[in-house]
This record gives sequence, C-alpha cells and structure tokens, in this order.
Amino acid sequence: MQLSSANFKSAARAALHEPNLQAAMAENRNFAAHVRVQVDGTANFQGLRAQAKAIKDHTLAHLDHYLERYEAAAIKQGTQVHWAQTPEQAQQIVVDICRQASARSVIKGKTMIGEEMGINDALARAGIERYETDLGEYILQLADEPPSHINGPAIHKTLEQVQDLFHEHHKDLGRESFLHEPAELLAEARRLLRKRFFEAEVGITGANFLIAEDGSHVLVTNEGNGDLTSLLPKVRIVLASIEKVLPSRADAGVHLQLLALSATGQPLTSYTSLYGGTKNAGELDGAEQCHVVLLDNGRSEMLAGEFRPMLRCIRCAACMDNCPVYNWVGGHAYGWIYPGPMGSIWTPQLTNLEQTVDLPNACTLNGRCAEVCPMQIPLPDMMRVLRSQHWQQQLTATTTRWGIGLWAALASRPRLYRLLTAMAARTMAWAGSKRGRLSRLPLARGWTEQRDMPAPQGATFQQLWQQRQADKNGSEQ
Amino acid sequence: MATMTRSSDKPLVGLLHTCLVDFYRPSIGFASVQLLEQAGCEVRVPDLQTCCGQPAFNSGNFDQARAMARQVIKAFAGFDYVVGPSGSCMSQVKVHYPQLFADEPDWLAQAQELAGRSFELVSFLSDVLNKTDLQSSYQGTVTYHDSCSGLRELGIKQQPRKQLEQVQGLSLVEMAEAETCCGFGGTFCVKYPEISVRMASQKVSNIQASGADTLVGGDLGCLLNISGRLTREGSPVRVFHVAEVLAGMTQIPAIGEGEMR
Repeated sequence: MQLSSANFKSAARAALHEPNLQAAMAENRNFAAHVRVQVDGTANFQGLRAQAKAIKDHTLAHLDHYLERYEAAAIKQGTQVHWAQTPEQAQQIVVDICRQASARSVIKGKTMIGEEMGINDALARAGIERYETDLGEYILQLADEPPSHINGPAIHKTLEQVQDLFHEHHKDLGRESFLHEPAELLAEARRLLRKRFFEAEVGITGANFLIAEDGSHVLVTNEGNGDLTSLLPKVRIVLASIEKVLPSRADAGVHLQLLALSATGQPLTSYTSLYGGTKNAGELDGAEQCHVVLLDNGRSEMLAGEFRPMLRCIRCAACMDNCPVYNWVGGHAYGWIYPGPMGSIWTPQLTNLEQTVDLPNACTLNGRCAEVCPMQIPLPDMMRVLRSQHWQQQLTATTTRWGIGLWAALASRPRLYRLLTAMAARTMAWAGSKRGRLSRLPLARGWTEQRDMPAPQGATFQQLWQQRQADKNGSEQ
Repeated sequence: MATMTRSSDKPLVGLLHTCLVDFYRPSIGFASVQLLEQAGCEVRVPDLQTCCGQPAFNSGNFDQARAMARQVIKAFAGFDYVVGPSGSCMSQVKVHYPQLFADEPDWLAQAQELAGRSFELVSFLSDVLNKTDLQSSYQGTVTYHDSCSGLRELGIKQQPRKQLEQVQGLSLVEMAEAETCCGFGGTFCVKYPEISVRMASQKVSNIQASGADTLVGGDLGCLLNISGRLTREGSPVRVFHVAEVLAGMTQIPAIGEGEMR
C-alpha cells in the first residue's frame, strides 16, 4: 500500500466533514465503551497483563533462540518456513508458491502482515484471482479500499453503504430485491463465498501467534472463515512477522485471553484454532502443503533500539478504539496499514520518519492508549521519542520549531520573561476586557477560528504577588 | 541542599504557579495560596520560576526541556513541598523530570528528590494534609472534567470530587465521558485545530447534557480550551478552576467572562 501519511492533515480535515464516516466512528466509540465494561469486569485482567508482558519481554530478549526453535519444530510437522527481509521478498515467495501450485484463485483470511507486504497487489500482478473471506475484507474488496482498522477492517462503513455496495456488485446475480438486514447481507456473502472455498488451490491467512515448542500457529476469528481458508485448499500459506513467536502453548493461552478481551470484550474469540503442519497420512482433511512466511521488514532493528516495547503488540486495537483522535478522523487518514496510536509508532519504523511526521504529533498525549493497552506499551512516551527524532533531524514543523525555541529561550531568562509576559497579558486583557475573551488573535488563528480565547485578568500573578509582599512588608514596618 | 530561613515551624511550601496561571488567571494562584495557608502551610513563590518546560518536552526538544527542568530544580530547592494548581505541570515535574535525566546521575538524583516532594494542589490537600473540611460555598450545579495528565499520571480522580462535595450549596453531577480528552493537548490545539475543536465540541455537548451550570477542572489549559468553545457556542455555562471554587473565590468573572455578565 502506498504510504500517504504526509497527507494526514488534509485527509483528517476531509474525514471530519464526511457524514458516513462520522456516523460509523460514533458507533465505534460506543463499541469501545462496551468493550471497556467487559474488561473492567474481568477480575484477573491486571494479573494477565503483567503475565503477558513478562512472557513477551522474555521472548523478545531471546527472539533468535525462539525463532530457531519454532522453525525446527515447524519443519518437523511438515511446514516449510520462509524468511523474508523485505515486503518484496515476501511477495515473491507467495507468488512463487501459488505458481508452483498452478493456482488460478486464492482465498484469503484477514492478515495485516499481508497488507504490510502488499500481497493483494502482488497477486493481481501475477494474474491470480483473490477472494477475501472475512466479511469486512469482502466488503472492502467490493469497495476497492484498504482496511481502516486492524481487526474491524470496514468499521468506517455504515450499514447503508454496505447495502448499496452489495446491491451494486451483486446485481448480475439476478437478485431483484434490495437487502436491508445485516443477516441477509451476511447470508448472501456466505453463499457466494462458499464455492470459492472449494475452487481455490491456495488459502492465505495470517497468524496471531507462532508456538516455538511445537511449531504450530494460532489463528483467531469470529467468523470461522480463517478455518475454512486454512483447511479446504491443498496449499496453505500463513503470513506472519517475526515478533509473533511465543515459547509455549500455555504462553499463547495467556495472550489469547487478553487479545479477545481487549479487542471485542469476549473471554475468547468464537474460533480459536491451533494449526500444526500438513495433513497426516490417512487423514481426510487438511492442507497437503503448509508454508509459513516470516517477515522482518525492520523489526530486527526495532529489537535493538528504544522501540522494542512496540514488538509486544498483539494487534488488539484497544489503543485506536479508545483514541479520541482516531475516533474522529478514522483509520484512512493515517495513510498506511496501521492507524491510530500503535500505527503512529509502527508506521515510522516500517516505512520512514520523513513522510510520517504528522502521525506521532496528531496526538494529545492524553495517555488513554497506554492505559488500555493490554501489553503495557508506553505509547505516549514513544510518541515523544519520535518527536525528539524529528527535532534532531530538523523535521519538526517550522512554526513549532520557532515557537518552542523562542519560548524556551525566553523562559530561561526569568527577568525578561517577567517583563514581556506582563506587557502581553496587559495588552490582551485590555483588548478583551469587555467580553472577557478574544474572538481573533494574531498568530493564533488555529485557536480562534472556531473557539474564543479567554482574556487574561490583567496583571500577572508574579506582579500581584510581589505587590502583595511589598504591601505586607510595608504594613509590618 | 539549600536551607531556607523559616518564620515558623509550619510546612514550607513553594508554589509552582504554572505559566498559564501566571499569565491568564492569577486568581487561581491566590486561591491556591489561600487554601495552602488555611491548611497550615507557609507559602512562598520563587521568582526564578517561569515554565516547567513541558511544551519543549512534548515537542521533542529534550535539551531545552532539561535546561528548564534544571531551572525549576534550582528554584524549588529547600522547600518541604512543591505544590501547583495543575496536574499536567506537576506530572511534568513528578513523572517526566526523572525520565529526562535518565542518563545524568547527578541531576537524576535531584530530579527524583524534587519529584518526591512535589504535588498537584488538590491531591496535596487531600492525600498529604488530609484536609476534608475546606470552608467554602458556591451556588450551582457543577460537573468536573478530568484532565488527562492529572488523571492518568498522578491518579487524581476522587480527590477533587470529594472536596467539591463539601462545598456548601454546590451539587455535583457527572457528565458522560468525563475522562475523555478535551482536545487541548498543549501545542496539539494549534497544530491540529479542526480535530482539537471537534474534541472540545464533544466535551461541550457532554457538559450541556449533564445539566450543570458550571464546569470545574484542575488544569487551566483544558479550561481555556473548553471555555473558548463554550462561549463560541453561546453557552451560559461558567468555568472555574477547582482552586477558585474550593477557596470561595468565585465572585470574580469566570474564565472567558467579561466584567458585565
């Protein structure tokens, strides 16, 4: 996917004026509130959180070891493990596997790593038909749009928009009536997809966790589409990134509870499946080939630096669902695969710093994301680290750079500061004295265009305090 | 450590008035002094203080943020306590100064020492001095906005509510999403004004739906933002800092109000 994070400001502005998006995001706010009620009602949430973080920190400290163990165990189960440094290498691996399988079509479950490696475009270029099997992804394939959320890809769409999309794209199927009910729409998508599951030579899914002790991987969905995609085609391709590995099944158990709870408020997702390798001799179901593609794409570098805590991320999306900025502008404004707070850290790491300056800046540092993050990732602290990198590399917006520089220079000269702030406060107080506020301020249009600026009271506190001290001393003498 | 001349054996408190209170609303500073004095403290106001450095820190200019932190550390040496009427500035001192000096052991020790005796005003009155009987009155229905840094970095939630419930004539109502950011966010409000205003408008809707006639909060930055949007929408809801209400200093124009209401 083309990186367009440099257009954040204009995209966000447009999003604020898009009624369908605003209606959809209001729903997301309600959904997030519902999820929090479930989380808050879970007695051992904090215990699970501490346990999960400890497991992941340990795993990341020995990531090379656990990846090698995973690979060895996976090979034993008949899985072929492919390592990809870059998205391009990963694309090539997948396309080659599809060609060897003489695949005309693939069915696909939701995979954000697939999005990251640009697998959809690569399959299209190779002339391979792709059918999305997650309902949200199916809707987006009709609309030809990227996901706007990491586990609810189409949350930016309203029901009305989905009705229209289905009507437009399914009309050559001979359907006369306009479908209104979500259940009817779902049934139609299921019916259309069913034969695709049987036709496809290859099934592609993501993986939530890779288990080092036995070489299996865990896949969670609420639709069951991931299981049909994994089990029906002869060739299974699993797209994952290197930080998804965990030492044991028991460790995955801890993370699975946190993931479901934080993502949707469920104790566990409807389908939680453990896959290990290929079909055994004598078994009727299962894939004949199982390929796991492990993408690095900058993660090894993150492991060595100050963004390592981000590798704890289990993609629950609690940070974005609870982010007041995300819930106003939606995921597309962020301009890449990963939106919201986690995306504001991931995107600069996986792409570049120059074109992603807005992402960690479009954040009020309110701390809600870190508060809800089940993996205790210090997201606001990392936003500040990115901002300091901007500062050091002269990427900070010029107005901010000058404004902060001047302010800091002034504030480190208390006498001069006293004098100038007293003058400015008096001037602004005079200008706004009647109404107690100013509707326009030079150099602060951003503030005053849609808000008033309350006027200062007049003298500064320091002036009045010194006066009070002088009066006190005078009266004491 | 500098020693201070004391005129009494009362706890010696340095008031960190914050740059916004100094500039916009000295009455919050005087309300803070009154509350601290009533609670038995001796209050002084170091004149070397300007700003805690949070704008530089949050803009990624860590060098200047450190320079300003050193200035604050020096200005407030020797006080028993450092108290300020802002969760966000006091969190800068308490939580972020030690982060800033992680690689400078000498300054880190001083930053940690300062952090240990620094408090936001209302939590200081409630948690350190255990004051529960501030004598004050206010006629009105108040809703309280939780400012983010105070809430999430300093754990300020119940303290202001408990104190406000003691105020004669005041009835406290909760608004929806009281803990949701108002969109101020320091420089965020001018860097992304459209998003910031949308967040402020949502806050205003919640305030209005609560039925309150007064909004109270503990951070002037948020209050300027919310008041600015309230008045622009023509709302009659009044806005005061929690220190002003607790000190009974509400005879003056509220934030954003002129001389003639």
